[in-house]
Amino acid sequence: MSDVQVSDKRTVSVTINGHVYTAEVAPRVTLADFLRKECGLTGTHLGCEHGVCGACTIMLDGRTARACLMLAVQVDGCTITTVEGLARNGELNPLQQAFWDNHGLQCGFCTSGMLMCATEFLEQNPKPTGEEVREAISGNLCRCTGYASIVKSVLDAADRMAADEGAR
Amino acid sequence: MKPPAVGYARAGDVQEAVGLLAEHGTDSKVLAGGQSLVPLLSFRLARPSVLVDVNPIGDLAYIREDDGALVIGATTRQRDVELSPVVAEAVPMLPEALRHVGHVTNRNRGTVGGSVAHADSAAELPTVVTCLGGEIVVEGPRGRRTIAAEDYFTGTFTTATEYDELLTAVRFPRLPAGTGVAVEELARRHGDFAIVAAFAAVHLGPDGTVDLVRLGLSGVDSVPRRLHEAEAALLGTRPTAEAITAAAATAPNTIRPSSDVHAPAGYRREMAELLIRRAITTASERSEVTT
Ligand code: FES
Ligand code: FES
Repeated sequence: MSDVQVSDKRTVSVTINGHVYTAEVAPRVTLADFLRKECGLTGTHLGCEHGVCGACTIMLDGRTARACLMLAVQVDGCTITTVEGLARNGELNPLQQAFWDNHGLQCGFCTSGMLMCATEFLEQNPKPTGEEVREAISGNLCRCTGYASIVKSVLDAADRMAADEGAR
Repeated sequence: MKPPAVGYARAGDVQEAVGLLAEHGTDSKVLAGGQSLVPLLSFRLARPSVLVDVNPIGDLAYIREDDGALVIGATTRQRDVELSPVVAEAVPMLPEALRHVGHVTNRNRGTVGGSVAHADSAAELPTVVTCLGGEIVVEGPRGRRTIAAEDYFTGTFTTATEYDELLTAVRFPRLPAGTGVAVEELARRHGDFAIVAAFAAVHLGPDGTVDLVRLGLSGVDSVPRRLHEAEAALLGTRPTAEAITAAAATAPNTIRPSSDVHAPAGYRREMAELLIRRAITTASERSEVTT
């Protein structure tokens, strides 16, 4: 007999965008549903619910993850950033502003996932080529823009961030 | 598309995980990175009554060298393996192959042990460990076993592991310095599952002939395949275009591809030959004669 308990409810306490959320959840609840329903953070979208569209991409302990491929019970004690955590004091960050200025979105359904994916990508590759951007977002599906304006947005964001860096 | 009701237990160490698996039997399922299991739950293709979460087992996340082998702990994230300088030096085929495994976001969560245990013959890691002659380490109530990769994968999504055993590590033989490696993959889009993928490692001796060659294919059989015949054909030869073409030509006869929505069997056979030829060619070009 194992002395580890099997539970059908668990208390989860997780820091999201700097706030601590604590709730009782069943193991079947995905992290994406937890964020949207339990925490009211509906910026994280659900397109496919099985890990192919990237709409649910979030940042978990500093790395992107697909929130539909995780269970909420797994994130107890973790730190999460969702799209709601990107802007500061109501002001868009350079990446968001670049999407705005370059028409990087139409309906906006894929945008939160694109932004989270591009955030991690630009941290790891601050001076990307267009080809690298295409590969980086290849796991995020967009049904509207045809991607060209998204690639342009990410490249523009890289330039803006480099300029900010230089100005400092 | 929501997972069914399920029990959940966190294993703090290997003993706890094995205890849970022994207690709950085939109704339990090990949850590692979740990149394959969670979609299976959401599709209701898997309906375990208990998920045994092995992510909390910190002891299983490691990359170390041991007696000529690179040993990777089961819960090591694929992305950490991809970016590890130790791995790049010891088994350069791994980072090369991992770049084809899903997308960065999947590799951030996906584990080496999870991919191997899932045993999808179209996936990359099972073929890498098979063609390199690696081993799988499992632990259970009867102790620890080390299984040769070619004996570990027994059929579609099926392995030699018992229900109460946990995959704890994967052992990859170290490739000698100067080995050239290449991965050629045919997929609909970057990051999609391979229709066919070919893996090659070639090392040349001081006289410029092949003194080590490892070849494998994904997506061409119910299990990941190592191409022993093609390896034998190349060993001891100079990797000329003729020698490579002749070796690659043995591949179609040693595989049993099936037809599905992605591609008919005949197409897979042709692609297998073409891609392994390309992989051998590139690996040979990348190999350096060491003295
Ligand atoms: S909703 Fe998670 S990847 Fe599509
Ligand atoms: S903007 Fe509509 S899906 Fe991308």
